[in-house]
Amino acid sequence: MLRQIEGSRAVAETVGLCRPEVVCAYPITPQTHIVEAIGVKIRRGELAPCEFINVDSEFAAMSVAIGASAAGARAYTATASQGLLFMMEAVYNAAGLGLPIVMTLANRAVGAPINIWNDHSDAMAARDAGWIQLFAETNQEAADLHPQAFRLAEALSLPVMVCMDGFILTHAVERVDLPTQAAIDAFLPPYVPRQVLDPDDPVSIGAMVGPEAFTEVRYLAHLRQVQALELIPEVAAAFAEQFGRPSGGLVRSYRTADAEVVVVAMGSVLGTIKDAIDVARQDGLRVGAMGLTTFRPFPAEAIRQALATAGRVVVLERAFSMGLGGVLATDVALALTGRDVPVATVVAGLGGRAITGGSLRGLLRSAADGSLPALSFLDLDREVVQRELDRMAGRRRSGPIAENLLRDLGSGPRRDPAGAAR
Amino acid sequence: MSEPDRVPARSERLKFYQVGSFAAGNRLVDPALRTVQSDEGRTNSITSGHRACQGCGEALGARYALDAAMRAADGRIVAVNATGCLEVFSTPFPETSWRVAWLHSLFGNAPAVATGVAAALRVRGRPDIRVVAQAGDGGTVDIGFGTLSGMFERNDDVLFICYDNEAYMNTGVQRSGATPPLARTATTEAAGPEPGNRFGQGKNLPLLAIAHGIPYVATATVADLHDLEAKVRRAMVLHGARYLHVLVPCPLGWGSEPRDTIRIARLAGETGLFPVFAAEDGVVTEVTPIRQRQPVEAYLRLQGRYRHLFDAQGRARRPELIARLQAIADRNIARFGLDRARVPTETAATVPARGAS
Amino acid sequence: MAVPVPMRVRIHGRGGQGVVTAAELLASAAFADGRWSQAFPSFGSERAGAPLVAYCRIADSEIRTREPIAEPDAVIVQDPTLLHLPDLLAGLGPDGYLLVNTQLDPGAIGLSELAAGLRPERVRTVPATELARQFTGRPVPNAVLLGAFAALTGAVSMRAVVGAIRERFPGSTGDANVAAAEAAHDLIAGATEALAGAAAD
Repeated sequence: MLRQIEGSRAVAETVGLCRPEVVCAYPITPQTHIVEAIGVKIRRGELAPCEFINVDSEFAAMSVAIGASAAGARAYTATASQGLLFMMEAVYNAAGLGLPIVMTLANRAVGAPINIWNDHSDAMAARDAGWIQLFAETNQEAADLHPQAFRLAEALSLPVMVCMDGFILTHAVERVDLPTQAAIDAFLPPYVPRQVLDPDDPVSIGAMVGPEAFTEVRYLAHLRQVQALELIPEVAAAFAEQFGRPSGGLVRSYRTADAEVVVVAMGSVLGTIKDAIDVARQDGLRVGAMGLTTFRPFPAEAIRQALATAGRVVVLERAFSMGLGGVLATDVALALTGRDVPVATVVAGLGGRAITGGSLRGLLRSAADGSLPALSFLDLDREVVQRELDRMAGRRRSGPIAENLLRDLGSGPRRDPAGAAR
Repeated sequence: MSEPDRVPARSERLKFYQVGSFAAGNRLVDPALRTVQSDEGRTNSITSGHRACQGCGEALGARYALDAAMRAADGRIVAVNATGCLEVFSTPFPETSWRVAWLHSLFGNAPAVATGVAAALRVRGRPDIRVVAQAGDGGTVDIGFGTLSGMFERNDDVLFICYDNEAYMNTGVQRSGATPPLARTATTEAAGPEPGNRFGQGKNLPLLAIAHGIPYVATATVADLHDLEAKVRRAMVLHGARYLHVLVPCPLGWGSEPRDTIRIARLAGETGLFPVFAAEDGVVTEVTPIRQRQPVEAYLRLQGRYRHLFDAQGRARRPELIARLQAIADRNIARFGLDRARVPTETAATVPARGAS
Repeated sequence: MAVPVPMRVRIHGRGGQGVVTAAELLASAAFADGRWSQAFPSFGSERAGAPLVAYCRIADSEIRTREPIAEPDAVIVQDPTLLHLPDLLAGLGPDGYLLVNTQLDPGAIGLSELAAGLRPERVRTVPATELARQFTGRPVPNAVLLGAFAALTGAVSMRAVVGAIRERFPGSTGDANVAAAEAAHDLIAGATEALAGAAAD
């Protein structure tokens, strides 16, 4: 049914239709609306049988999901940012134990400085945890990815993280076609655990594994991720067939057939990029875009094919690895090994900095004329940066960068360079 | 992958090496008084062949506690285990000593994992399957305390058992929040004016548990295994969050003889350093009186971790420090009425934390 | 492929005035009219009383862009004490609409200077807080302003605005807000004969 609905609520409605059995909730902006809405449904008995557990931390949230999943329940939780980092030990553990937990990640920056707005630093911090990571471009896709996530998770015995841009998607009210219960039931069969804690057939789960077998265990986990690369498109195709719209899959291309420059990105920024590409094409620039829906496992072969004719690749990402540069860009460059294609990294939208059509059009122009450097930061305020660099060159002192910059912008504590209060 | 987690069926007959002691579950006493361990049909939840040290109090306590829980639940138990000695010595890949459904996730999350298991069992319509979580003192009073307090506060249907050996033994005897004053550990060197662990530190988990108002809190030691089993039995009758704190001497970390494990555990109670009691719904309901009161010195002298308090001739080097420990024991005795066979009237809130100077 | 040129609305107000709700109601009304729409707040952690902004786009096809609205086609000001904000009308073109909640005379609040570059018939004030107080007993102007907005711009139908209000506020609260919105609608429609043709219902 077509609804005009907030992204968080669309996800909550859809997760509810997936018949979760244990939902753990710990509040963190901007995912809070999701578990709030699911909690209301559970309290009203709409999702029975389902347990809603208000836990004491994100670490506990993932831990409760681990226990519930190991005992045979379909488990779900949602988090963001610091919350994901706080639960990180359990995030790795869930993957290592092969538990098909589904978690929504409302992408948000990671502090310090504390910042509640969107970027992908949180998801990037979890990229090696062994989870499948899917990125939604729209709220429609964010909703649609959840039944796909449960189906993938339970088929592969792997946890799945559905990433949606915090605020930009979670708090946006827009048109979403919500599926019916019958359609979801037809798409997502009940959870049948591969291995379950059962007193009648007692197993020990979570044994210590030493050097004699750890490599093999990890190798097999890798193979399972590789299997996921085959299954994800199959599940997306099954979804498209049943629901009549494309959602999910590995990668998606936009106007790349004759594109000299292809911008690679993940998440909601793809919409703004597509608009910018349309404008740039009116100006005669041969530009296109490729979006990754699947980030882990990394669809290297699909990317190679999608970028087969690209002359230049620009990876625009909402995160970066300090001291290195792009995270996604590094992976994309690896996928293009052996091909003589320059891969430029553009770090954009950190901590909620708006990625505007104007800036993107400028970016496309410089990419097309070859003036784009290997690593750049979209809309970086060079003046502010230079002043801080000058100060740092003047004297050696440790301390937070943010507070120094705030002083520049007139909102920080005022102290003269000698450190005496005015 | 191989299947390391299969365990043999539980039907094999057990052999007994009866020593005739009451503690081992003497089969000559009245059947009602016999321990679960004295029953040849016991489940043997943690079976032989594990890699615990000689004289391990934790292995002993876990065996009694789990088998008692299994009997109380008619064999339908799921056990959740925190990282720690118990987990490591029981499940070296590809072997396992567990003959119950058993899950190990992390060091600090056993209470939350147990909550999840309990929730799943409710959803699956299996309230007959009971959940027992277990951890050492590190996994309980330190790294696991947040999730434990959350589990208590929500009153989740979990029996949580802490096997307290008063330090991080698995990693080489480092101080925990349950380490008593003066004890030497790898991180509380026996040097300086207050050698060993300082006074005034440490968490008294049983009292913190009582403060949560959960249905059942009890302490026990491996010196009185009938009492331990009885408390497990009582805990299993109740529902909601239940907490059992079992003192389990560790020959490695305490610097004691393996043969002295039971003796030391008994002295912990008889000196008053470890009050043995039970509380229901926030009120102390049962206290195990001290039968033969002992000075704390008798307890300290058997343990290498307190060796720095005595000289080569066995004389107290720092009698004033021992006196402070004695004062703690005396206060416990007074507050809990350990010298009288009665239930004390003080509420939990009036009982000072163990280890407070 | 044509780049969609949506109706872009920026709503300025203070925390507690239902700024975000106003944008969402507007988007819902546009949805009910069969159009595509998108509402989102200026994401922040503002508490009651702080100035904040919400956005709404309305279009005849899927809205893909996610950027904040820098060049609005209409600005709604829910609180006249915000008129001094330097960026209040930033990006609003000469054909833009400006709707201000105030019971004061436009001259008294300096609106004519502020809106000097705009077409006079597209600049309107409405005493939305007073109307809200009168009809609902609460000084929350958001739903009321949408009635005025529908009359001023015709970007959404009044029937859809009424439906969106009723869906969001069931029962007597919804009835009262609808009555207040209709009163605001009639105030603007009556005073703006020139716009009557454009305000297709």
